[in-house]
Amino acid sequence: MGNKERIRKELLKRKAINVVMLSLSTLTALYGLVWLFWILADVVLNGFKFINLELFLNDPTPPGIEGGGLRHAFVGHFIITSIATLIGVPIGIGAGIFFAEYGRHIPFVKGLRSVTDVIVSFPSIVVGTLVYAVMVKPVGHFMAISGSVALALLMIPVIAITTDEILKLVPNSLREAGFALGAHRWQVIKDISLSAAKRGILTGVILGIARISGETAPLLFTAFNNNFFTTDPTQPMASLTVTIFQYAMGPYDEWHGQAWAAALILTFGTLIFFISAKLLVHGVRKY
Amino acid sequence: MKRKEEFLEFLTKSTLGAFTLVVGLIFPFTTLLVLVWESLPAIERFGVLDFLTGRTWDPVAEVFGALPALFGTLLVTFIASLIALPVSVGIAIFIAELSPDKLKPIFSTATELLGAIPSIIYGMWGLFVIAPLMADYVEPFLQETLGRVPLIGKLFEGAPTGVDALTSGFILSVMIIPFMSAIVKDSFEMTPALLKEAGYGLGATKWEVVKNIIIPYSLPGIVGGMVLSVGRALGETMAVAFLTGNVHQIPLSLLEPLTTITVSIANEFTEADTDIYLSSLYYLALILFVMSFGLLMLAKFLILERLGKRWGTKNA
Repeated sequence: MGNKERIRKELLKRKAINVVMLSLSTLTALYGLVWLFWILADVVLNGFKFINLELFLNDPTPPGIEGGGLRHAFVGHFIITSIATLIGVPIGIGAGIFFAEYGRHIPFVKGLRSVTDVIVSFPSIVVGTLVYAVMVKPVGHFMAISGSVALALLMIPVIAITTDEILKLVPNSLREAGFALGAHRWQVIKDISLSAAKRGILTGVILGIARISGETAPLLFTAFNNNFFTTDPTQPMASLTVTIFQYAMGPYDEWHGQAWAAALILTFGTLIFFISAKLLVHGVRKY
Repeated sequence: MKRKEEFLEFLTKSTLGAFTLVVGLIFPFTTLLVLVWESLPAIERFGVLDFLTGRTWDPVAEVFGALPALFGTLLVTFIASLIALPVSVGIAIFIAELSPDKLKPIFSTATELLGAIPSIIYGMWGLFVIAPLMADYVEPFLQETLGRVPLIGKLFEGAPTGVDALTSGFILSVMIIPFMSAIVKDSFEMTPALLKEAGYGLGATKWEVVKNIIIPYSLPGIVGGMVLSVGRALGETMAVAFLTGNVHQIPLSLLEPLTTITVSIANEFTEADTDIYLSSLYYLALILFVMSFGLLMLAKFLILERLGKRWGTKNA
């Protein structure tokens, strides 16, 4: 009798612990969601009221004078990111192809791939200091193009790793069919591997752009900042992120408002890139 | 005709090979070389040990020591990991074991989105939203409660301003949770169903299966994810740039302002007016590079690669 009672109690205790721990786990999941929605809500609530046409069409005015905008930062951000993409995408895809198609079984290349995988999590500010020493110091002034190079360096590993992983999903029998027809390796890559994996590679490219479009640290000492509108990539250029940094640190309420507005556009821009990459991936996983 | 194609073959292979060399070898190696080269004046002037243990950071007197920044970096990262680890494991358990299949992608995507928000947004939000909350409510509350406990109480002394180690660590923890929980979740999902079913077959509750089967089985993955996240957190700049206060001091409590390596570089790099100042900042960057690269390599080679072999998922 006493024995049965003890077992029942023991069972109850185990079940109670089970419920408590699993509820805790559920709570942590909700905890994660809370921060996501809190950040997004704050960005939308604070930023939305400062979004107007002037923000996109006007250049900044001195603090205190109405009607200033962030046209210089929007255009600058677009230019810097576009040049970075132009540099980064071919090199990233190229390295990814080499990892998957040529060096898959070569230990040295596998080592390089592991290093590349590590560089994905590289401190981005270190890349900024590197580019400063290599490009900005010799020339003597900050340039937008050096910011693009810093961003490209951050983007290349991301694209290379994704490209490599996607190409490894392409069945080898497809490649062998190509070789059996007497095709050269570059023909097999171009007509079989790449055409089978193009969707996945596009995903990698979008992820790469999403990664760099929110970066601030590597731009601080490369593209620097500029209070005036410019499209000349050899001059210092404003970007949204550095402008947010400057404006949020600044003392004026108007600056804070514009920083929130820029934050809103930056956040949703990045998230849209990210979500479209996710959607593309789900298409790829089918095969 | 044949020669042309062989030439193209050669061209493709060598171009792509060159790209690979650039990414995997030249880029990291150049970074190291340049950082060492640029910090040579500071290395010569302050040495290695003296710089690492130097507590003064005085641009006017041109005396530079890395200890405050180094300590700040480690402290903030430690606080962040302390908060992020249990939460990440909890989220991973929820997504891998608890959540209904329909909700799984929603929760996964939501955590990933949290990781996709640019770090400058975290920083700005931390400055305008979280720091005032911390200063007005959370920190006074902590002082009232934990602050009265002997020993631990010392950690919560000082005026609550919200610009301090605690807030920085907290914001950083929110940033690394998505990253850490993704890796932990992946390792949880690698646990063979057979093992779990054996546990349930013996009458174990779900928590017992998680605690006694899934967690031990994926422990290397959890540790690897943790080290990887720490490596990433060390180099995070913008999320904490607003919140540390950038004061070169070793904080005696969690509520005092401090600085980290990244924040010092971000704030002072363009203001460095003497060569030795700039060189000292490069020296800091070099320390950061060695620490985070070392940690990330450690995580990758010692833990995750080995796991990959065990699970047979390692890329051949």
